[in-house]
Amino acid sequence: MTPTPSLAQGHPQLSWTRYLGFSTDAKVIGIQYIVLAFFFFLIGGFLAMIIRGELLTPPADLVDRTVYNGLYTMHGTIMLFLFIFPVLNGLNNLLIPTMIGAPDMAFPRLNTAAFWLVPVFGSLLIASFFVPGGPAYSGWWSYPPVSIQNPLGNLISGQSLWLLAVALSGVSSIMGAINFVTTILRMRAPGMTLFRMPVFCWTALAAQSLQLIGLPALTGGAVMLLFDLTVGTSFYRPEGGGDPVLYQHFFWFYSHPAVYVIILPVFGIFSELFPVYSRKPLFGYVYVCLASFIIVGLGLIVWVHHMFPSGVTMWMRNLFMFTTMLIAVPTGVKVFAWLGTLWRGKIQLTTPMLFCLGGLINFVFAGITGVMLATVPIDIHVSNTYFVVGHFHYVIYGAAVMGIFAAIYHWFPKFTGRMPYEGLGKLHFVLTFIGANLNFLPMHPLGLMGMPRRVSSYDPEFAFWNVLASLGAFLLGVSIIPFLLNMISSWARGPKATHNPWNAIGLEWLLPSPPPVENFEEHVPTVISRPYGYGTGLPLVEHQDEIERQLTLQEASA
Amino acid sequence: MTASPSSINRPAVIAVSLWVGVLIVISRWVGLQSYHWFPVQASNAAPLVDGLFSFETTIGTFVFLAVASVMGWVIVRHRAEKYDASDAEPIEGNTKLEIIWTAIPFVLVMAIAVYAMKVNTSLGVLGPMEHIHLADAKEQQGGYPGDRLPSETIEVVARQWSWEFRYPDTGVSSTELHLPLDQPVTFRLVSEDVLHGFYIPAFRLKQDVIPGRAINFNLTPIRVGRYRLRDSQFSGTWFAANQADVVVESVEAYQAWLKQAAGLPLQPGISDAVEEYELRLKQSPTPGWATVKPAPPPQVNVPGSNALPHDA
Repeated sequence: MTPTPSLAQGHPQLSWTRYLGFSTDAKVIGIQYIVLAFFFFLIGGFLAMIIRGELLTPPADLVDRTVYNGLYTMHGTIMLFLFIFPVLNGLNNLLIPTMIGAPDMAFPRLNTAAFWLVPVFGSLLIASFFVPGGPAYSGWWSYPPVSIQNPLGNLISGQSLWLLAVALSGVSSIMGAINFVTTILRMRAPGMTLFRMPVFCWTALAAQSLQLIGLPALTGGAVMLLFDLTVGTSFYRPEGGGDPVLYQHFFWFYSHPAVYVIILPVFGIFSELFPVYSRKPLFGYVYVCLASFIIVGLGLIVWVHHMFPSGVTMWMRNLFMFTTMLIAVPTGVKVFAWLGTLWRGKIQLTTPMLFCLGGLINFVFAGITGVMLATVPIDIHVSNTYFVVGHFHYVIYGAAVMGIFAAIYHWFPKFTGRMPYEGLGKLHFVLTFIGANLNFLPMHPLGLMGMPRRVSSYDPEFAFWNVLASLGAFLLGVSIIPFLLNMISSWARGPKATHNPWNAIGLEWLLPSPPPVENFEEHVPTVISRPYGYGTGLPLVEHQDEIERQLTLQEASA
Repeated sequence: MTASPSSINRPAVIAVSLWVGVLIVISRWVGLQSYHWFPVQASNAAPLVDGLFSFETTIGTFVFLAVASVMGWVIVRHRAEKYDASDAEPIEGNTKLEIIWTAIPFVLVMAIAVYAMKVNTSLGVLGPMEHIHLADAKEQQGGYPGDRLPSETIEVVARQWSWEFRYPDTGVSSTELHLPLDQPVTFRLVSEDVLHGFYIPAFRLKQDVIPGRAINFNLTPIRVGRYRLRDSQFSGTWFAANQADVVVESVEAYQAWLKQAAGLPLQPGISDAVEEYELRLKQSPTPGWATVKPAPPPQVNVPGSNALPHDA
């Protein structure tokens, strides 16, 4: 195959208004997902500020208890279903086609539909603030019977809108998952065998497979709960012969793997970025790829560890403790592989690298508290306490959100054609790293002391650590300002990006920045070696020199 | 990972060994510190849980510090020179290393799991993890050594939002839980509305209370004092205020309390939720969003208190 003459012709400047309407272009949809996700991130973060404001002092004095319960419920729901899943789907949309050399996703219209469901269920969820009685207040788990109490008795209640939104979110994610899995399996560039595929695609494949297996359980469970709430069925109502614990199984059968849906792509990001900024190949590439699927397999058989005090039998407690412990093995393999990648590298402490390093150390901490939580006797004491809240915020914010920031800074030039500012980026990192640790570390001693999660008031002995946590939260709130400034100003007037500003290896870096609508169009390069060939001197694709020369010429003439 | 495995870098080996030694000492120290992060040990389950946690804290600290050391070393020593854009020496993997670092975590977590299972079994013998709905022949006979048969079953009724404790042998009821020191106690946990969590941090024990089920739950207090019982499973508006006090006292004091309580007339017990709800109704407009109305305070012989200073 000859190099791409069409690239040299450039492409017409596309209007920014395409981001506002229906588009079937994965690169447009990807940015739509990310921008919308950060809009909801600000709402969810604002709710967190109120929560931490309430918890600055022991009594419930800032907001009414009913309001507090609604706010913490909506904080969790928005952050998971409207921030983290959409932002990851945004990255999937941007990265999967460009990394594997596909022109677009396998089902572009399905992709559009999956995206546009997000503002629909997002609006439903936000609308629930304004219905009589207020939004759902039973936590993002929505355990019955408290979630089906419906104090006003209206058909349209905060809880029913919440359930509808979660069910729609499930539908949207299933549509997305079908698309991502199909695209990865069917649309790779010539020569790109599975073991020449970038690790991000491996982790996306693993995560989206989990979505396909797990989401039907949650969506079905949520629909049954909606029936219990609105039409009086008794799937979970004890007085009608139902079992409230049954819901917990449906919920956690998906919602534990959901954590892996979140963290696996972040492992993918770490695996992509550590080689670039260490200038070394990923250590043990094949092993890292396979570890993702071991995590998928194990991730499906650990859910009962969320229910150790819920009235499960001893054999289940022991069995699920063992399976949960085993997760530490493939995860440990990845951590060691990243350390092996860093070792004797030529480390460049760029903004994305700083976010990766910070995310990695936070993740190791979260992994250790995770093993503690898997241990039944410890979990019996700390489950449903702030220890758990601290643990999962280390995973979700400390590791996943940090990884997502790393990815955004790293691939920003590719998809916007502009360079982000390093100074603002580093400021963002420092504030985020200090803020996250100050916010979430004090939650661990609180949990060990016995402070339950979800409380709107607490005994005075918990005040000290809560004040620290709140200060950290406010710092995190501030940390988003340099990020937003950076994104807006560099997108508007940042220096123009070359096709490969980080000197990275990957098909996406053999495209112009930003890439044309159809990526490589019909001139898809043939992949001839594994990714991450830093220092080996091996080209990734056939005629690589020629493609790069064309891109450089094109940039020089622009 | 080094290129020449035949020539051992002696100073490096010594330095790494020394550093590992330092980390082991620090980790053990942190592990011992971890006992102070808990409330007082007021049940016979507490020392087992704290010991297990200390063990895991030691291992966890070591792992964390080891990873942090490698990262710190790399950041300080393996930084690219300014303007050096060249690649490092390509090391793509090392099968031997990969096997080792799969095997070590595997052995480590399995060791932890086996230790934890042993603690589970001890806790099971002590009582707290068995349930009435799974009763087998052994359990029906008590399942305990003859001299440690639970003397009495205390019924715990969880409501939105109050805790009521009933002592069937004497007919006493209270919203403050009194327990005799060093005596195994059996609770029968029931809920009249939603899920609640029966959680006494000083005892390190927790059990969800599930509507439609009666759950048997056993424990043995080992320290005199006043402790908090907290609702640990979100139960609605006044979830945070659904707390009761647990008073552990000598057998004599306990018997005296029961005897005195049996003579007292029934009166409304403690329910902070009811008090707050009444205050809320007086405000106009009613603050906040919709709420379930609290159940009336239980009628009990002894309301007790949940506002006195507590040990944990």
